[in-house]
Amino acid sequence: MEFIDFLLEDFFVTGQPLIYGAMVSIVLVSIAIVFVLSYFKKWGWLWREWLTTVDHKKIGIMYIIAALAMLFRGGVDALLMRTQLTLPGMEFLDSQHYNEIFTTHGTIMIIFMAMPFLIGLMNYIVPLQIGARDVAFPFLNALSFWSFAFGAMIFNLSFVIGGSPDAGWTSYTPMAGATLNPGPAQNYYLIGLQVSGIGTLATGINFIVTILKMRAPGMKMMRLPIFTWSTFITSIIIVFAFPILTVALALMTIDRIFGSHFFTLTGEGMPMMWANLFWLWGHPEVYIVILPAFGIFSEIISTFARKQLFGYKAMVYSMVVIAGLSFVVWVHHFFTMGAGGAVNSFFSITTMLIAVPTGVKIFNWLGTMYKGRIRFDTPMLWSLAFIPCFVIGGVTGVMLAMAAADYQYHNTYFLVAHFHYVLIAGTVFGCFAGLTYWYPKMFGHKMNEKLGKISFWFFVIGFNVCFFPMYFLGFAGMPRRTYTIEPEWMALNVTASIGAILMAIGFAVFVYNIYYSFRYSQRETHGDTWDGRALEWATTTPVPFYNFATVPKIEGPEAYWRMKENGRTTYEKEKVEPIHMPSDSGVPFVMMAFMFIASFGLIWEWIGIAIAGLIGVLACMVIRSFDYDDGFYVSVEEIKQTEKKAREGEQ
Amino acid sequence: MSAHTDISTGPLEYRTQEGRMNILGFWIFLGAEVVLFSTLFATYAVLFGRTADAPVPADLFEMPMVLIMTFLLLTSSFTCGIAIHHMRRGSLKGLFVWLGITLALGLGFLGFEIYEFVHYAHEGASLPSSAFWSAFFVLTGTHGLHVLLGISWAVLILIQLRQRGLTPVTSRKVFIVGLYWHFLDVIWIFIFTSVYLIGMVV
Repeated sequence: MEFIDFLLEDFFVTGQPLIYGAMVSIVLVSIAIVFVLSYFKKWGWLWREWLTTVDHKKIGIMYIIAALAMLFRGGVDALLMRTQLTLPGMEFLDSQHYNEIFTTHGTIMIIFMAMPFLIGLMNYIVPLQIGARDVAFPFLNALSFWSFAFGAMIFNLSFVIGGSPDAGWTSYTPMAGATLNPGPAQNYYLIGLQVSGIGTLATGINFIVTILKMRAPGMKMMRLPIFTWSTFITSIIIVFAFPILTVALALMTIDRIFGSHFFTLTGEGMPMMWANLFWLWGHPEVYIVILPAFGIFSEIISTFARKQLFGYKAMVYSMVVIAGLSFVVWVHHFFTMGAGGAVNSFFSITTMLIAVPTGVKIFNWLGTMYKGRIRFDTPMLWSLAFIPCFVIGGVTGVMLAMAAADYQYHNTYFLVAHFHYVLIAGTVFGCFAGLTYWYPKMFGHKMNEKLGKISFWFFVIGFNVCFFPMYFLGFAGMPRRTYTIEPEWMALNVTASIGAILMAIGFAVFVYNIYYSFRYSQRETHGDTWDGRALEWATTTPVPFYNFATVPKIEGPEAYWRMKENGRTTYEKEKVEPIHMPSDSGVPFVMMAFMFIASFGLIWEWIGIAIAGLIGVLACMVIRSFDYDDGFYVSVEEIKQTEKKAREGEQ
Repeated sequence: MSAHTDISTGPLEYRTQEGRMNILGFWIFLGAEVVLFSTLFATYAVLFGRTADAPVPADLFEMPMVLIMTFLLLTSSFTCGIAIHHMRRGSLKGLFVWLGITLALGLGFLGFEIYEFVHYAHEGASLPSSAFWSAFFVLTGTHGLHVLLGISWAVLILIQLRQRGLTPVTSRKVFIVGLYWHFLDVIWIFIFTSVYLIGMVV
C-alpha cells in the first residue's frame, strides 16, 4: 500500500490533465515504436546500423534527429507559455506549472536542441571538409552521442516522473537549493546536464585532435573551410568552459544530496557563487552555439553568392577574438548583484568589445555578397534573413551591456527579446540553413524548395512578429518569468502569440518537408548539389562509409573549387589502397545505459541503485580497456565496386 | 587512422598515427582537468575562512602528516618517470618494478588521506560542517578520487602488459597513465601550498 501511495503521490506526476495527456501519448508512441520494429523485424537492423555505429555520419544524423525532437518539445513548451500570456488573467497554467515550463523550455533549447543540432552538423561535415575518413576517436564519438541521448532522456523524464525542475534554466541558488526546492525535480536538471556535459567535453577534445591531426595532405590551417574553423574554435571553448559547468553542477548536487554548504544560506555558503560559476560556463556556451552557426552562414553565403569568402583571415581572427572575450564577460548577466562600479565597468566594456569582431563578420558577409551572382535557394534565404535579425539582437545586446542602463532592462522582456533575437536568428536559422544546405549530402535528395520557402517565410515573419513586440513590453515594464500579465500589456502580447503560432506553422511545414522530400524529391545523381567550393562536395552522394577512396592533395583554399578546375576527383583508380576503418561497438550504448540507471538512482537519492549503475559504468570501462580490436581493412576490390556504383550517375 | 603515416623509429608510443593522436587528445583532456581543478581552487579561495561553527583549519592541519603525504606523492612521480625510462629501454621487468613502486606509494598516500579525513570528522569537521569544510573536502577529495582512479587504471594496464608485452598500444597506455600521474602530482603541489601551508598560518 505504501508503495502504491508513493507511486501516486511522489513518483508519477498527477493532477494535471496536460501531463496525463503526455503520459498517454508517451506510452502510445513507445508501443507503436516497439510494434513497428517487431513487425518489420528491424530490431537487429537498429542495433547493428545505429545503436552500435561509430560512423561519424550516422552519429551526426542521430544527433540531428534527436535535436529536432527536442526542438519540438521545447517549442510546445513555448506555445504553452504564449497561450498563458496572451490575455490577462488566463487560467491555462498555474504559476508552478508555468515555472516548470519556462525552465524546461530554456534548458532543452540550449542544451538538448541547439548544441546537439550543431554538433550533429559538425559530426557529419567536418571530417568530409578536411578529407578525413572519420573523427580521431570514433568510439569516443559514439560515447559522446549516447551520453547526450541518455542525458536528454533523463531530463525529459522529469515531467512525468517526479516533477520538472522549476528554478529557471539558470537555476539560481538558494532558490534551487535543497531547502527551498526539495525533491527530485531539481536533481533531474543537475544530473541530466552533467551526463550530457561529459559527452560535450569529449566531443570538444575529439574535434580538436581531428582537425589538428587528420587533415588531408596540403590542407594547412589557413586553407580550412570556414565551418571547420568555427568548429575548431568552438571545440576549444568547450574544453575550457565545460569543466566549469561540471564542477558547478557537482557542487550543487553535493549540496542537495550530501548536505554541503557551497550555495546555501546556512553554514556561511555563498548563493551568488553559483551565478558566477554558472555564467563562467554560460557565457562561453552562448558562443559555443553561435560560432558554428556563423561558420554555416559563411559557407552558404560564399556558395550561393558564387564568390570566395570575403576576408577569410579576418573571419578566422574575429572568431578567435570572440572566443577569448567570451571568457571575460560573465558578470554582465548580473550587473545588479552589486559588485560595484569598477567591476561592472570592466565587464561592461569587455561586453561591448565583442560587438567589434562580430561587426567585422557582418561586413565580411556583406562583402562576400557584393557583386556576387546570388542564387536565392532556401539555405541562402535563411542566411540572408539572419543578417538583419541578428544585427537587431546584437545592437540591443550592446544596450544591455551598459551597466547603468541594464538596471532598467534587467529582468524584463527586453532581455527576453534580445536573447531570442540572437539565439533564434543566429543558431536556429543557422541550423535550418545548414540542414537544408547539407541535406542532399546526407540523404541523397534535396529538401523541396517550395515547401522550404513556405516554411522559411512563416518562420521568419512569425519570429519577428513574436519577439519584436517583446522589446516594447520590456520598456513597458513587463517582467520576465511572470506567469500572468497586466491588461495594458495585452495588445503586444496578443501580437507575440500570433507570431508564435506562425513560427509553429513554419516548423511544422519544415518537418513535413522532410517527409515530402523523402517521398517525392528527385534523387541526386552526383555529389556536388550546389556547385560547392569546400571538400565535402567532392564526395559522392550518398557518401560511402569510408568517405574518400583516395584522399586528394590540397593545393590551396577552396579545395574542391580547385579540384573542379583541374578535373580531379576523390577517386583516382590507380592510387586506391586498402582503407583502415574502426569496428562498431555496443559498449558506448551499454555504458551510458548504466549511467542512466546510476543517474536515476542519484536523482531519487536511492544511493544503492546509483552505486549499482556506477559499477556497470566502470565495468564497461574495464571491458573497453581490454578491447584490442584494431578495426578492419576495406579491400581495394570493394572500394572500386562501391565507387563505380556511386559514380554511375555522373557524366 | 591510416597506416601510411606510421614510422619505425623513436619511442614506441609515438610510432603510429593512432598513438600520437591519443597522446595529443590526452594532453587536451589534461587541459580540461586544469580548468576543473582551477574552478575547485577558486571555490576554495572564495569560501576560505567561512568555517561557521566548525573548527578552523589551523587547529586541525598537522604538518608532519601532510609532509609525509607530499613526500610519498612526489616520490611516486619520480619513480613513475623511472618506469617510463625503463619502458623506453625496452625493459618490461624494470617497468613492472618501478610502476609497482609508484602504485604502492600512491596507495600509501591514499591511506594517509583517508586517515586524515576520518580524523577531521572526529574533530568535528566534515563535509556538511561549513562552507569552508565543504570546499576543503571536495577539493582534496576530488584529487584523492583521481589518485584512486589512476591506481586502478594502472593496474589494468599492468595486466595488459603481462598479457601482451611492450607494443605500440601498451606502451602508449603506460605513457598516458604516466602523464596522468604527473598531473596529479602537480595538482597536489598546489593543494599543499594553497590549502595546507596557507591554512596553517592564517
